[in-house]
Formats: sequence, C-alpha cells, structure tokens
Amino acid sequence: MESQAFQKIYTKLTNITKATVSLKATGVGYDEMATVHGRLGQVVKIMGDQVVLQVFSGTEGIPTDAEVIFMGRPPQLRVSDQLSGRFFNAYGDPIDGGPQVEGEVRDIGSPSVNPVRRKQPSQLIATGIAGIDLNNSLVSGQKIPFFADPDQPYNQVMASVALRAKADKIILGGMGLTNDDYLFFKHVFENAGALDRIVSFVNTTDNPPVERLLVPDMALTAAEYFAVDKNESVLVLLTDMTLFADALSIVSNRMDQIPSKDSMPGSLYSDLARIYEKAVQFPSGGSITIIAVTTLSGGDITHAIPDNTGYITEGQLFLRRDTEIGKVIVDPFRSLSRLKQLVIGKQTREDHPQVMNAAVRLYADAANARTKLENGFDLTDYDERTLEFAKAYSERLLAIDVNVDTDTMLNISWELFSKHFNKAEVGVKQEFTEKYWVQ
Amino acid sequence: MERKNKTTGKVAGIVANLVIVEVNGPVAQNEICFIVHNDERLMAEVIKVVGVNAYVQVFESTRGLRVGSAVEFQGHMLEVTLGPGILSRNYDGLQNDLDKMEGVFLKRGEYTDPLNRDVKWTFKPLAKAGDSVTAGSWLGEVMENSIPHKIMVPFKMDGRYKVKSVVAEGDYIVDDTIAVVTDEDGTEYPLTMVQKWPVKMAVRSYKEKPRPFKLLETGVRCIDTLNPITEGGTGFIPGPFGTGKTVLQHAISKQAEADIVIIAACGERANEVVEVFTEFPELDDPRTGRKLIERTTIIANTSNMPVAAREASVYTAMSLAEYYRSMGLKVLLMADSTSRWAQALREMSNRLEELPGPDAFPMDLSAVISNFYSRAGFVYLPNGATGSITFIGTVSPAGGNLKEPVTESTRKAARCFYGLSQARADSKRYPAIDPIDSYSKYLEYPEVQENLTKNVGEEWLGNVLKAKDILFRGKEAMEQINILGDDSVPISFHDRYWKSELIDFVILQQDAFDKIDASTSMKRQQYMLSSVLDVADSEFKFHNFEEVSGFFKEVINLYKQMNYSEFESEQFTKHEASLQELLKKRMN
Repeated sequence: MESQAFQKIYTKLTNITKATVSLKATGVGYDEMATVHGRLGQVVKIMGDQVVLQVFSGTEGIPTDAEVIFMGRPPQLRVSDQLSGRFFNAYGDPIDGGPQVEGEVRDIGSPSVNPVRRKQPSQLIATGIAGIDLNNSLVSGQKIPFFADPDQPYNQVMASVALRAKADKIILGGMGLTNDDYLFFKHVFENAGALDRIVSFVNTTDNPPVERLLVPDMALTAAEYFAVDKNESVLVLLTDMTLFADALSIVSNRMDQIPSKDSMPGSLYSDLARIYEKAVQFPSGGSITIIAVTTLSGGDITHAIPDNTGYITEGQLFLRRDTEIGKVIVDPFRSLSRLKQLVIGKQTREDHPQVMNAAVRLYADAANARTKLENGFDLTDYDERTLEFAKAYSERLLAIDVNVDTDTMLNISWELFSKHFNKAEVGVKQEFTEKYWVQ
Repeated sequence: MERKNKTTGKVAGIVANLVIVEVNGPVAQNEICFIVHNDERLMAEVIKVVGVNAYVQVFESTRGLRVGSAVEFQGHMLEVTLGPGILSRNYDGLQNDLDKMEGVFLKRGEYTDPLNRDVKWTFKPLAKAGDSVTAGSWLGEVMENSIPHKIMVPFKMDGRYKVKSVVAEGDYIVDDTIAVVTDEDGTEYPLTMVQKWPVKMAVRSYKEKPRPFKLLETGVRCIDTLNPITEGGTGFIPGPFGTGKTVLQHAISKQAEADIVIIAACGERANEVVEVFTEFPELDDPRTGRKLIERTTIIANTSNMPVAAREASVYTAMSLAEYYRSMGLKVLLMADSTSRWAQALREMSNRLEELPGPDAFPMDLSAVISNFYSRAGFVYLPNGATGSITFIGTVSPAGGNLKEPVTESTRKAARCFYGLSQARADSKRYPAIDPIDSYSKYLEYPEVQENLTKNVGEEWLGNVLKAKDILFRGKEAMEQINILGDDSVPISFHDRYWKSELIDFVILQQDAFDKIDASTSMKRQQYMLSSVLDVADSEFKFHNFEEVSGFFKEVINLYKQMNYSEFESEQFTKHEASLQELLKKRMN
C-alpha cells in the first residue's frame, strides 16, 4: 500500500454508515481500491460526483475529515512461487512474520474461462474415504461443498481429504475461522510435512467480517497462477462460505438494497457462482478443484445460502453421526457428486456404478426397516438382514476414518452383499454377479 | 427505430452492472448501446429512461468504468444474426461465437461474428421471378450439415413483395445477393442469406398455430408412456438440486425426435456445458447416422458469465428456434434453467430499485414467463408446410419449494409438468419424475388421444390410464401398510403395492447411463407396458406377505435384465422365458 506520487487526497466525507463512506470525487473507476483513514476500501457505487466506498474493516472511528486516497486499481495480489508455504490475511499481506512476496501483480476477480476452452474433468481424486470414493467420487476441476452443522468435524475431514488428494498445491481460504481452527490447519499441514505446497489466506473471527469478501478471490487468484502459469493441479479449500455470504448481506443491507430470500442480496446466486465457477480443468493440464464448507443452521438446506450453493456446485457432501456405530459417516442419501459418472466404472472397476447403487438402495431399505421397528411393527427376515447389512456397511465403508483403495471398497461391498442377501435382492447386472459374488 | 443521427451520451453513474447514461438525443427502451472504456467497447441495453437519464444494463463487468465515458447508441434492439452456419456452433447469450474467441479467458468487450462470412454454400432457388412473397417465404435452400436450410424473405419485411429475380443454382457466400424483391411502389430490395431479428419479439410469419396433436418421442419411458409431450408442446421440470434435472434434460435432447436441438445453458454450471460440448460431437445421431452435434446449437451463458447476458440468452435461443421452425423443421428447445433467467430479472429489478413482488422477484415475472412460453408451438406456414418448437425448461425452485414464484408462474404457462421428487432421488429411483404429481395436459386433448390410438395402438390410452391407476392404488396400499403394519393388512394390500412397484421399477425407472436402457422406442414401450400390465392383471398364490415381496423382486429383477438387453434379442427372449416360467409357478 505504498502511496504514489501526484495522488489527489480527499478530506471531506459526506456520509458514513457502519460499512460505507461517501464523498465527492472525480475520475474514480468502479471497483477501484482506496484508503480511507488508513483502512482499505473499495468503490461500490458512483452517482455523478458522489462515490460510495465500502470500508472492509468497518468505519468505527472514521471522522468526516478522514484522508481518502484512491489507488487507481482493483484489489491485487503479487503472485510467484514465493507464495508457497506462506500465510496471508485477506489483503494478501503476510501474517506469519515473513517478508512480502515478490512477483507479478495480478488483479483479483479475473474474468471467466471461456466455456469452450474448458476440458471435461476426468481425473479421479482418491481420498481413501469410502463414503466419498465409493459413493461420491471427486474429480479434478470439480467444486463441492460439505454441508455441515457447526458441531461436525468438517474441517478435520477436509484437511485429511486435502492431504490425501495428491494435489500439487493446496490453497486454504479461511473466512471467519476461529483462531483454534486456524492453528489446527497450520499444525496438520506442518505435521504432514506439506507446508511447502500450501498457501493460506486467512480471515479469523478477530478480523472484521467484511474483509472476508476478499478471501475467495485472493485464494483463487493464487490458484489460477499455479494452475495456469505452472500447469499444476490445485486444490482450493474454502471454509466457511456461509460466513462469506453473511458478509455479502451486511454490505447489501448497508447499501439499502432490497433483500430477497432469507435477507440475502438478490445477487447471491451470481456472487457465489463467480467464485465456485473458478473450478476448472484447463486444456494445458492444470486444474482448480474447490472443496468448500457451508455450515447449516440445524441441517436446514432450504436456507438461501445452501440452496443457492447446491444449484452451483457439482454435488454436496453431508456428514452425519450414525448412532448405530457411534461414528461420523458420509451420509449416502443426501450426499452427491455430480461428476462421479465421469470416472466411476471408467477409472475405477467396471462394477463400481452398479455396486454403489445397489448398496445405497439396500441401505435405504434398512432405513425403512428401522422406521418400522420404531413404530413397533414386526420385522421380516429381509428387514432383519438389511439392518445387519446397514450396520456393517456403515462401520466398514461409510465411516470417515476408513482409508482404503477403491478396489478394496468394492470387494467389501460384494462380501457384504453375499453375506446378507441373495442375488435377486441385490439386483445387479448378471455379468457382475457371476464375476464378483462371494460364494 | 432507425434514426439518421446516432444518439450519444456519457456515463453519469455506476452500480455494479447498472449504468446511468446522460443522453443527448432520443433513445428507445431496449435499445443497444456501447460504452467506450479505454480501448474496450462494452455492450449494454436500455432498461429504463428517466428524463435525460437512460438506465442501461451492461452485458460485461463494469470494473474500472468511470463517470464521463462516452456512450454510443445503436438505434436497434438486441438482435440475432440469422443465416446458414448456425448449427454446431457454441454461442454465448449474445450470440457471440465462443470458438472464435482467443485465449482461455473471456475478454471483456470482445464480440465475434456468429456466422462464417467466407464459407460458400450451394444455393438452390425455390422461388422464381414473379412470385408473390411475404416475410418468411422460402426463396431458396442450402444444405447446412444434413439439414435443408431455407433462405427466407427477412422476417422484418412487412407486407407483400414480388420476386424480381433469384440467382441461379450455384455457390455463394452468405453476404451475396441471392434475390431481389420489389414492393408495391416498385422499390427494389436486394436480399442476402443473412437477416437480423430482435430477440425479444416473436417471429409471426406463420399462418396458423393449432393446438399441438402429435406425440414427440423422447425415449424416456416415464414421459412418453405416462405423461407425453407433443410436437410444439411446452413442459417444465422443477426439482430441488440433486434430483437429476440435468441428466434428464440431456437424455431428452439426445434422444428426442427433433430435426434441430437448441440448448440454452442459462446460468448453469460450466462443467455441465462442457459435458455437452464434449459428448455431443461423439454421439451418433440415431436418426441420420451422422453426429448429433450437426443438428445442435448450444447457447452457453454459464453462471459466472455476466448476468444481463444470461437474461438475453433464453431470448437468443428462442429466436434461433423460431428461425428454424419457419423452415418447416421440428425444433426442440431446452432451457436450463429458467430460474436463473428469473433471477437475472430479479437482480436488475433490484438495482433499479423497483418495488419488489413475491421473494423480491419483479411484479411482472408471471407475464414475462407466459409470454416466453407462448413463443413455442406447432405452426402451419403460409406454404402449407408445418414446423414446431417444443420447449422444455427446467426450474430450480429455491429450497425445493414448489410454491415459489418461478415455479408457480411457470405452472400457469407450461402444459406438461414433470416434478422431480426428492424422495425418489434419495432412493435412487431415476428419473425421479413423480408419477402421481406430474401431468401432461396433452393427454386430455382429443386430437392427441386420436393420434396416440392411431400410431401406438388401440389399447394404448386405456393401458396408460390403467398404469396410472395401479401406481395410485399402490401408493395408497403402501400408506396403509405403513400405518397398520405388514401383517395387519390383508395380503392383497401387499400384492397391490408390489404391482405398483413393478411398474415403477420396470417402466418408470430407467438407467440413463446404460447404453440400451437409456432410450426406449415407442414400440418397445408399448410391448413392455402391456407385458407388465398382464402381470398386474394376474392373480398369484401367496401364503404370507413375505412371499409377495420375494416373488415380485424376482419378477422385477428379470424384467430389469430384459431392459438391459437389446429389444427382441436372444438374451431378451431368454430372460422373458425365465420370467414366464416364474410367473406360471405362482399363478392360481
């Protein structure tokens, strides 16, 4: 934020709200950055000579004669290999005590990829977690969130997915992370000896909420540098996108915009899409994969934030505590990876799609049997068997502490099918039953 | 709207993609203008005028834009360019050819020509000197891929004209004059193969628009059998996310009996569009033996592309569809998703600070949607030929709630409703179209009934209604079983429930990813339905309710093996024989 020569300094604010200031100024560009009383702000509205600035860190204590200097550029990040292993705040300034990064200056929030230049995602990302690899395989270039209640261990699952995923770079965009979670990520990455391939942009709960708006774009600008310039496969972790959306609603509220559903701005869908659609497989081989977290309140997915997210992302992963086995599992009913069709049965074994569907269907039958039991009805022999199957399936495959390869997952599934059911009940194509049924 | 002197203006205010322009002359609502920013020209459309201020929505990012920048008005509305060479192209919402754009990232202010100007087309005249013509009359044709592409009198030309001359058969580029027509005053109009049309206006160069009456086969059993759509019909598919909307829509566009397929990816996921880009060139067209992409045009305005262009994209797609319909072709138009279009309307209405309607959507949402759906339809052209636009839009209801404004408004406009059910999707019963809630109004049309009886079979309508009845009764039986318990209801309840499950598993559920099961011909659908209904009509011996589910699971399994086999193949007959044996053993 070095000041440049010949900059005009304004010293007369006409309006101040909790998040914005207005002043008379000319020659200002839309989206341009400025410093207001030493704090960073961005132009969000221009009407004639009236300019409205959103001040990221809030307007507390800003006087009407505060100095305003326009920087003549949108928010930027310096990119180079020096980013690796570093921790930054929402503005891209180091918070780990290290030096400033040297490198090329890039505007954040760059244009979209031309859809005809994208490649179809096709590379399986193996995580070892069967609830993901077997039922909801991830593919490079995909974007997928965890829909989780705040008390669920989503950050832990996300960290282990990230470390097992064999990405060249992992970029963490932390929004409203508690200090504890920030330190958790730092430790996990350090202990795994993976720090040199990780870049973090972190806004913690100590920081002002509006600053969070910059975090995804910062993280994705860094991701684009590695994916486009270096042809690397980059995994971006965004947690928690609900807090990002909350920050959007704060700003739109201060600007007197009419709220749509759940007090969210009417542009929420476009705002979220702009971020998530940065997930891409580039023709040159580089890719950006986004795994995000959207926290729910009380599991409500009809709220505007998870709802809009679900329409943008390629599926969603749900975590749930299975009381039968006392472990957290990846919920097979509500979780979905839309891109799995591109890899299952192609990069994995041929029987994968049918085994996956059959197992989930039988697991659903078990859920029905459980409802019957709860309502005090007698169970049939089939019901009993589905319940036994469900317990074993949960324990051996769905639990998040499972770490095996996909062939093993399929073999376990066949073993469970053969143990609890007959072939007609499983209802898989005959050629697979002949080949894999455990006698 | 033609003006001698172009109006100009300068930027007076900016809020995201809404720009206020102070103008120095006349401007029209929906007029197109360009904002000059450094060396970029940003396209925008007038959406409101207050005094000397024109409010324009910019089809691009407004980053860096300054007050005082020059604006040039164009004197026309947003237009599509129509001519040979539209098929197999990938356009954005403003009909820019995406393949002509350089680089991986979209550049702001880059606009590309939708047609190839230097390609030669072999033109064959259809009209001759002295013919009396009106807008939309066929002057000649060129072969576009394997489609006879008619060169027409431009839709914009009102009134009657006389053909003065038409060029001889030969190779021409699109900008060559291929005919000259004269109006009543003798003024001559030279015509090329290219014309322009404002996207927000409906093309009306047809003689008559009757009620649709012909079945449009989609190969999707739960549509064709239970709730068929017609040539020129309208339908919509609402469903919460993750219920298979996109897979279903792709299946329909791959398999439907249409000459031309236009896909408008409106504010949807880019990777899904890439799937179409990647798959369609590989897919064989079962109808022509060529590639499906040869008769397909894709309008891709993904969710991260500018929101105003998203609004335009559905209109661009509809105008292209109308163009091909006027050539006497059957067009299938798919829009995924119309909710994103409605949201684009909402975003703009919000920035204009209009008083909001329900869920902050603009008050005229319902009118805008009905108006759009009404552009589809089956038509008789003035020369007696027929053409159609079948329109199927998806709706992404917020929170899966079908009472939200976009679904409600669409329900008033579309004649077929294919409601996707979360419960069916959760239990992996795909396609997740709810058999009870969904409907096709066309089944009630006497002309459709007559057509079905003639083309599918005498007993067909009766069978369809019977199947619906069994599904409904099965649902009731299941509710009773759930309330009273398995052994507290008569065995006949289980029998009734499992017969509806039989229809569900064999007819309704379909594996979109299996080569054979993905698409089912009408002949096969007819065969399978009557076979399944025979089973449903039969009485079986059961000693207890547990036998019922065991037996029907075996029956379903064999039917599924049949669905996975080539129709009437050896394998198919083999499974059918084992099925008959199984049934016989249980018969009373």
